[in-house]
Amino acid sequence: MAQASESAVTIRGTRRGLSIAIGEGEWRELLSELDTRLALGTAFFTGSRVNLQTGKREISKEQLRELAGLLQKHKVELSTLQTSARATAETAQALQVRLALAEAPSPQAAARPFEQDVSEGILARRTVRSGQSLRHPGHVVVIGDVNPGGEIIAGGDIIVWGKVRGMLHAGAMGDEGALVCALELASAQLRIGPHILVSPEGRQPKKGHPETASVVDGQIVVAPWGSR
Amino acid sequence: MPGRVVTVTSGKGGVGKTTLTANLAVALALLGRRVTAIDTDIGLRNLDIVMGMENRIIYDIVDVAEGRCHLSQALIRDKRLSGLHLLPASQTHDKSAVRPEEVAAICEELRGDNDFVLVDSPAGIEGGFYNAVAGADEIVIVTTPELSAVRSADRVIGLAESIGKGPGRLIINRIKPSMVKRGDMLDTFDVIESLAIELLGVVPDDEAVIVAANKGVPLANEQSTQASRAFHNIARRMTGEEVPFMPIFEAPGSLLNRLRRAITG
Repeated sequence: MAQASESAVTIRGTRRGLSIAIGEGEWRELLSELDTRLALGTAFFTGSRVNLQTGKREISKEQLRELAGLLQKHKVELSTLQTSARATAETAQALQVRLALAEAPSPQAAARPFEQDVSEGILARRTVRSGQSLRHPGHVVVIGDVNPGGEIIAGGDIIVWGKVRGMLHAGAMGDEGALVCALELASAQLRIGPHILVSPEGRQPKKGHPETASVVDGQIVVAPWGSR
Repeated sequence: MPGRVVTVTSGKGGVGKTTLTANLAVALALLGRRVTAIDTDIGLRNLDIVMGMENRIIYDIVDVAEGRCHLSQALIRDKRLSGLHLLPASQTHDKSAVRPEEVAAICEELRGDNDFVLVDSPAGIEGGFYNAVAGADEIVIVTTPELSAVRSADRVIGLAESIGKGPGRLIINRIKPSMVKRGDMLDTFDVIESLAIELLGVVPDDEAVIVAANKGVPLANEQSTQASRAFHNIARRMTGEEVPFMPIFEAPGSLLNRLRRAITG
């Protein structure tokens, strides 16, 4: 799948918390995009602390204040700033924003990376067995089953061309609009964005009746495929 | 031709790994093959009991790994079958006493003189599991027809695949036809559908297996019960022979239903 990221604002989940990276581009547009993105994932971002990465960009005091204000509006706390521009570092210090060092690569980070933006997808032709966790920041398509004790955690949509008895979490970075589709959705627990659907006795879907799950009015709703 | 190293594992404890290892070793020996069984359940050894050799243990796998004796000194020969040997585990250590590389080296050495090396695993997915699979050419996964055992088997199959020893073949142990008929027990097809690996055999539940284990004479020494016939069929399949599965009962209903429910062997 294509590597190029369209957006100059990248939001990642790392082991140390949320990380927002601001790239090149016109300041107003960037702010506007950040505003939109944060609004989309409110339930997920609220109350979180974030590390802001601004790269080489030179940011004025006024701009930094604007940024902090925007974050505050979404109830996100600016924890640290990471920059390679001397001027920005000085600005940060003047406003008493803590500076972060670049993240050292940790051997454990490889275990669960959320490196990219939520625009790419992966296709896996395998069954996710008990104890296995398939994680990806974008969309996930699996041709195979998800066995009990197995899980898929995706920042985007999840499509399983098989039988699902494990746990699925779509829109894991706050996207309530994510979709889950499966040939046989027998999951005892389904999550979309911040919402959780628990079926106490485990679902007993009919074979040959694919279903989709999505969030409607703040709740996860499962509907047969093709019923619109 | 060098022998095959087969590790018998399950994840869950108590599903019949040790009993199966002992019985398959005997069945293979009765087919004229040279077999050595290895017990890697260090600290909780019981393969020696089931094979009737507990009183003759002088050296064990830890002694071999630590160089206190030669491998040949630790091997115990079966009294009835000259082609059958056991390398016992130690009872006074635990799984940390040997490393996977050491077990793999022992398996490699045994390959030369054996047609089959059967490695009995401990329960669990920690160090003991990795010791047991280290030298394996192939893995046999044992499960009973119960949800908890099937869940554990799935986990182990996933682990085996992730270290390149998968997917393995499946033995469904201790199936009870009367419970399957009543719908109180998973049937063979339910289990295979869940685990999606090749079926090596199905063994019906039989009290005689326990009686034999307590006597130290594995049931496979005779062929009169359904369980021992199942052991023998599995052994034959391990040698590459194609053996059809036996029906466990005549199920009423359509041909498809009868085929679905009536598989063992």
